[in-house]
Amino acid sequence: MQRKRVILGVAVAATAATVLAACSSSGSSSTSTNSSSAKVTLSWWNNANTQPLLGVFNNVIKQFEAAHPNITIQNVPMQNEEFKTKVTPALRGNAPPDIYQQWGSGGQATQVQSGKVADISSEVNSWIGSLGTPATSWQTNGKWYGVPYDLHVVGFWYRKDLFQQAGITSPPTTIPQLESDDAALRAHGIAPIGLGSKDGWPDAFWWEYFAIRECSQSTVQQAMSSVNLGAACFTKASADLDAFVKTNPFQTGFLATPAQSVPNSSVGLLANGKVAMELQGDWEPAAGAGLTSNKNFTNELGWFPFPAVPGGAGDPKAVLGGGDGYSCTTAAAEPACAQFLQFLTTPAVQKQIIGAGAGLPANPAADGDIAVPAAKDAATADSAAPFIAVYFDTALPTTPGQNLDNAVAAWFASPDASGSKIISSVSGPS
Amino acid sequence: MLFLGFVLAPIAIGAYYSLYNWDGLGPLTHFTGLHNYKIAFGDPAFVTAIEHTLILTGLALVIQGPIALGIALLLNRKFPGRTFLRLLIFAPYVLPPAVTAVMWSLLLQPGGLVDQVMKSAGLGGLVSLWLANVHIVLYSVFAVLTWQYLGFGIILLLAGLQGVPAELKEAAAIDGATPWQATWRVTLPLLGPTIRIWVFITVIGSLQVFDVIWLMTQGGPAGASDSMATYMYRTGFQNEAFSYGTAIAIIMFLFCFVFALVYQRFALRRDTAGALTRAVG
Repeated sequence: MQRKRVILGVAVAATAATVLAACSSSGSSSTSTNSSSAKVTLSWWNNANTQPLLGVFNNVIKQFEAAHPNITIQNVPMQNEEFKTKVTPALRGNAPPDIYQQWGSGGQATQVQSGKVADISSEVNSWIGSLGTPATSWQTNGKWYGVPYDLHVVGFWYRKDLFQQAGITSPPTTIPQLESDDAALRAHGIAPIGLGSKDGWPDAFWWEYFAIRECSQSTVQQAMSSVNLGAACFTKASADLDAFVKTNPFQTGFLATPAQSVPNSSVGLLANGKVAMELQGDWEPAAGAGLTSNKNFTNELGWFPFPAVPGGAGDPKAVLGGGDGYSCTTAAAEPACAQFLQFLTTPAVQKQIIGAGAGLPANPAADGDIAVPAAKDAATADSAAPFIAVYFDTALPTTPGQNLDNAVAAWFASPDASGSKIISSVSGPS
Repeated sequence: MLFLGFVLAPIAIGAYYSLYNWDGLGPLTHFTGLHNYKIAFGDPAFVTAIEHTLILTGLALVIQGPIALGIALLLNRKFPGRTFLRLLIFAPYVLPPAVTAVMWSLLLQPGGLVDQVMKSAGLGGLVSLWLANVHIVLYSVFAVLTWQYLGFGIILLLAGLQGVPAELKEAAAIDGATPWQATWRVTLPLLGPTIRIWVFITVIGSLQVFDVIWLMTQGGPAGASDSMATYMYRTGFQNEAFSYGTAIAIIMFLFCFVFALVYQRFALRRDTAGALTRAVG
């Protein structure tokens, strides 16, 4: 018996740990009451666990508590990946946090099924219209389940100095122009485009941008809501991307390059002048600034939108983007929780958040506070866009969305013109 | 009780969850039977992950075993600087796998230290995209795993060698055995129990290998370095296909469990039977 125990123990340690982690509910220590005059404590789960945003949020809490003496906000910052694995069990358990971060669209719709996400329509209806169309990503079935505090847009960040070296006078506006610029950069010994394929999601930006250039707005929206990429334009997008990848636009070894955090990541390569451009979100300047000794890096950057694909049915001004937002759970005291979410969108607070490089303002009234010149171009393109396509992995329900990311990442290792594995990925294991 | 609550119950619950289609949020209502297992074995990515895991396990036994044994035999002799060398060889095992993974992914990056050393040694023609080439990445990862875990095998075998009585080797030498014969016929058989334990630990460890692979490549590019554990983490946690991930966990458990039972029955029983029953009885 003794022997068997040892064997069993060794053999199942990993399995048991995994299963335990999946089943355990995570406790939050909120003591909420529903009376608006009584003392209220709200726990706030977010992924801002590093400076400068961590400090900004702590200051914002002080400002909010000073204006609302009966409300206490308990900041619970976590590392992003850790945060994502904790949210689902927490919504499943009996003690969810009061406020938690999420990214709207399909992911929000998945979480709403838990019954733990609060419908805050009656609290926000009077003011949320001022945030404009991007905020509607936090609606599910016509009801508000969250509020954004910043927005994101994906586009090309390029080194003006390297473009100049290669004799490129203005950024490309069509894919053929981009290809000839790549060739010019290569001829000057400069790797044209950085790509962090190790993490998978930067690959997805490429395929999704070709998709929203080839497909019309209604086709994309229909595909996201029906979880079906069967429309012919999605196959055309794979063929376009295949032809583009064949021109060898990326840096050597891009398949094993991480996206962020280390100097040899794709953003680090851009920050250190090892590649001339990268297709990335608006966090690029903030992510790169910490990875280079060049203090002037963010001012040397330029921004241009994803070039037009000749013959595509999509609007060339449509952008790929998303944003960060917060939801109240049914455990949270109202209206205190919705008041806090509104406070985060006020211009004074927006200015502090944007100052930390977190993203573009959710409230357009704060657009003037963007410090990086190139990021202003990105914000202008975002607000002028006729259609903001939410990242497909967020627009789709969680599992098909992640399957799509994995399929695109795998596609980059062995590209083919049909992209059939990408098309079928959204109906993969669930 | 503890064993029941913390080991058996989670396995049973896991097996139960794996029979449903569950996103981790709603109630368990969508019973699908063995559907998750069917998808798993029908998914080429998972079958490849199993192959990779078995390749890593096989390589660990065939390559790490003889190297560890050879170095252990060398380090068992008396020579100046022996303690320092033992320390040096054991050092990588003490490093956290996360440190190992980050360090090696920097060394192996294109134009990194490994490439430069190879070029200056005149081996520039052999330089590859160690982590980006789908045909090479699994073996790059294996090399790093070997670097990390070799020290453990050596220490284990060294400890076993301490238990080989010097008298027996002396007796063999007096009887005219060459050093090779003494090693082959006296030392190795007496080292048998240690080697069998090392095989057991290595196989179980290899079947579950996760941390170094995940941090170096996340199983990529395109699943070319996926192990069963990285596949499980990606599908179960990242894709939030919880019941499917649980099914993968149960399959991993069965691999380990069946190996443990079979190995226990046919290999380890000799050692434990001899050591325990005779000594006690």
